[in-house]
Order: sequence, then C-alpha cells, then structure tokens
Amino acid sequence: MGGQDLITQLKDHFGDQIRDVNLEAIDPWIEVIPEGLIGICTFLRDDPQFGFDFLSCLSGVDYFQPDPKKAAKVDWEPHLELVYHLWSIANKTSLVLKVILPRWKDGVVDELPEVPSVAGIWRTADWHEREIYDLFGIRFSGHPDLRRILCPEDWVGYPLRKDYEMPVEYHGIRCR
Amino acid sequence: MSTVEKTQIVEFDVRTDEMLVNMGPQHPSTHGVLRLVLRTDGEIVSEVTPHLGYLHRCAEKIGENLTPRQWSPYTDRMDYLAGMSMNLGWSLCVEKLMNLHVTEKARHLRVIIAEMQRIASHLVGMGVYGLDLGSFSPFLYAFREREKILDLFEEVCGARLTYSYLTVGGATADFPPGWLEKCESFLEQFLPVIDEYHALLTTNAIFIKRCAGIGVISREMAISYGCTGPVLRGSGVDMDLRRDGEEWYTNMYDGYAFEVIVEKDGHYPNDHTYPAVPPEAILGDSWHRFYVRMLEVRQAVDLVHQAIDCYRKAEGSCGDPVKITEKLPKGEAYLETEAPRGQMGFYVVSDGSAIPWRVKARSSCFCNLSVTSDLCRNTLIADIPAIIGSLDIVMGEIDR
Repeated sequence: MGGQDLITQLKDHFGDQIRDVNLEAIDPWIEVIPEGLIGICTFLRDDPQFGFDFLSCLSGVDYFQPDPKKAAKVDWEPHLELVYHLWSIANKTSLVLKVILPRWKDGVVDELPEVPSVAGIWRTADWHEREIYDLFGIRFSGHPDLRRILCPEDWVGYPLRKDYEMPVEYHGIRCR
Repeated sequence: MSTVEKTQIVEFDVRTDEMLVNMGPQHPSTHGVLRLVLRTDGEIVSEVTPHLGYLHRCAEKIGENLTPRQWSPYTDRMDYLAGMSMNLGWSLCVEKLMNLHVTEKARHLRVIIAEMQRIASHLVGMGVYGLDLGSFSPFLYAFREREKILDLFEEVCGARLTYSYLTVGGATADFPPGWLEKCESFLEQFLPVIDEYHALLTTNAIFIKRCAGIGVISREMAISYGCTGPVLRGSGVDMDLRRDGEEWYTNMYDGYAFEVIVEKDGHYPNDHTYPAVPPEAILGDSWHRFYVRMLEVRQAVDLVHQAIDCYRKAEGSCGDPVKITEKLPKGEAYLETEAPRGQMGFYVVSDGSAIPWRVKARSSCFCNLSVTSDLCRNTLIADIPAIIGSLDIVMGEIDR
C-alpha cells in the first residue's frame, strides 16, 4: 500500500484529530492535534496494516524570526513544531507526523508548552523527548523522567530556540 | 546487647551496604566521556543512570548558521571513527532536498569509500572491545590494519580522521592514479587477517565466557528502543538500510550483491566459512553483536571489490560539488543511511535561502545507548564494560 492510501485511510479513521495533510512534500506528512497524538500513535504502532513499530527520529523546529525586518516577510505565525519520523520494519514504509505547538503556553513567556509523551509507545522517545525538552523547552506530560540530557541540569534557557542568547557566564566560566 | 549463639552465623552474614559508584567520565571502557552512576550492592548493580553531554558542541545550532557544504566538516567530527559515512549521510540528505542525482562514477566511488570506512570502524570496535575485556593484543592487530585504510584515505583527501571528502554533489576529488590498485592489494592482504581475528577473539574461550549470554537485548526491546545497525541485527531483526531503506539511499547499492548479516533459523549467511556460534551464546547478547560486526567486515571486503569493478566501468566525472553558497529549495527532507554504528539520520529544513533553517542529526549511538539502563540492571559490575563495549558507541556522535 502506498503512502497516499495510508494517509487517506488514516484521515477517515481519525477525522478532526488530523488537522492538515501534505502529500506533495518530499516526505509526505500529516499534522495531528496534541490531544489526539497518543491515540493515533498507538493505532499506528498496533494496526498491522500500518505497523509503525520504529520511531526513527523525533525533532523539534522553532519557527520564529528574531529579525523584525525578515519576520515581516515570512508566511507563518511563530510556533514550535515537533516532527515524528516513523518507520515500519515489516512494511518498509515511513510516515511523518507533525504536532504544532505555541512557543509559550497561553502566550505567557517562560510557561512551557505541553504535549503528551509517546515514551510509553516507543521507548526510544524517552531520550529524544528529554533532548527536546532540554534544547527547545517543550514539556512532555507523562514522561517518566523529564530532565535535561545534553546541557547541565542547572543550565538556563533553551539553546535551539531562535531567540536564545548564550548566558554571559556559567559558574564563573565566561561564555561569550 | 543481644548475644549470638552460633558464631558461624556472624561469619557468614557479611552485610554489604548499598553504594553509589561513579563510573567515568574518564573511564577507558566508557569509550569517550560517558558517565555512569551505578547503584550497587556488593558486586551486583541494581540501577545504572547514564549521564551524557560532556562532548556537546552545539553542532545543530552551528548548522543553522552555515551552508550545507560548510557544515559537512562538522558531521565527520560527530562520529570521528566513521567520518566518511557521516559526510555521506549528510550529503545524501541535502541532495534529496535539492533532488540532485550524482553521476554513476560518483555513486560507485561512494560505495568504495563507505565500505572501506565500515571496515576501519568495525576494526576499532573489535579491537577496543577486546581491550575492554582485558585482552590487549587484538587491539594492536586491529589498529595495524586500520592504519593502512587511514593511509589510503589520507592519499585520497589529505586527512586521516576528519575527511570532508564526500560532499553535496559527489566528492571533492577523484581517486589519485594507482589508488585502486593499492586498495585492491590491501584487500588481498587483509582477507586472511580476518581469520586471525576470529582466532584471537571470536573463538577464544575466555572471550566467549566474558561476553556470551551477557546483555541480552530481545527483538522487541531492540525495536522499541530504536536500536539500529549491528545492535539490531545482533538481536535477530532482519533490517539493513542498504537493502530496506529509502530509495534515495538504496539506489546507491543498486546492482550490488550482498546478504544482510542476521541470524535466520539459527544460521548466519555464509556461516560455513566462519567459526560456529558457540553453544553459550544467546541471540541478542554481546557476543552476537560482536559477531555481526566481524561478518560485516568480510561482507564489506566483497562490496569494495564489486564497487571497484563498477567504478572502472563507469564513465564521466566523480560529480562536481555544488557551490558553497548554493541556494536550497524550500522544504524539508529526512534521510537515514546505514553507517557502521547504525542508522544515521539527517533532517534538514530549508526556508529557501542558502543556509538551512534547521538541521538535526539522528544519532545511532544515542538510541543504542539508551538501552543501557534496562540492560545493566542486576548484572555484575565487571559485566558493565562487556555490555557497554558491545554497543560500540562514540560519544562525539551521541552528544553532537
């Protein structure tokens, strides 16, 4: 079964929980609302027709243009994106899921946006989600042990956000 | 004060306290700067917590400020034991985004380089694993042969570890005259050496005692944790991206004959030429992971021979690398390749300018290492180097 058929079938099954579909992209993707993520992921893993038992990659992308001149030209509103690259070992097919989140929860700066954790579905998501929490500041509700993984535990800020500024010093070490 | 009636009870009842032991970051068997915090009770480890990040160099943030070709040197500094494979993965990913096809000659050149790199990388994996288990000499034999591969690579691009040789659009240069002959004579000399390695380690009784039946990763566990490469195939999962991956990558191996190294019905492919699996070994244990690597070395020799033949027949140039400031089309692409340590994925998002909006490296060792907490529970302290070593990790790639 081709990628397009899969997506159409998924859309019939989940309806409103799938907000957007892009079949023209190099890797066709579907956008899922955060509330529906767990249901869709469990279905994708357990349904033999899909069989996406392997989470290849989980990445975050920050859509925010700090330069006001360039920001006037972009065609998107500032947001954060989570990209789930799935792979099925049995069917040898791939699928891309996206979840779009606000940069800050309810627009309040420093209130981290939340999304349900998929660590219970694919164990590998445990470390990937910790990495995204560390570098992007997204909180994964239901994660078994959400703490920083690459940066030190007392690090301030989320380095891969586009408006991140390196701290001037860290424990007496000059950073910039 | 209570009195003990039988003094024997006191003698035998030696209590041990629970203790936290810090292993690393400067521990030779953690392969770089990995820190493990072990909760131990005597010799038994009840919990292992890995701490990473000592080698974090913000590679992904740097990638948001450089063009793809400028970032290529950063990729080989991630997995510094398989720089060529990292360059290849990144180049293919950007080419997928740009829909850029390399020439036939460049394709075969890449196979030669990638498979030679696989041999070099597995040699380190094998030698260092012997070192972890307390046997020093295989390490020296492995490095002797690896040195010859590094000499060949040096002749090709001038660097020994951080090559930046394979790049977007092909390779930076063709092979120098006479290089293929040197490569062939190396392979000819190398083939019998593999049997020596099997004699030194694979069939060594002490080696088998140390690693067979230890650190067993079940098939389901390997898949759920996202383990890839020899770790996944050592658990009996039949998956190799060179055969099963995306077309954009498998096209590179189009026309090559090879079998995926995985145990099927109790047999490895071509296993008549190899030492038999010892009865102590359980599928998915440390010994099987090591064995898969050793068989892949032999397989890579075959693939290089095939690639050399194809390369000689192919016409045209070795591809011309794109301009450094070449603009990228708007969009995003994700591609995984079969690097020696597992599936190395790159994700690139472009807003239409020459500099990507976001780059992400999906590290194979990162996922392979995440299995340790589960794997090292209730083992002996002495088995921890045997388990971690069998995962063959490179911290530069994990921390990025």
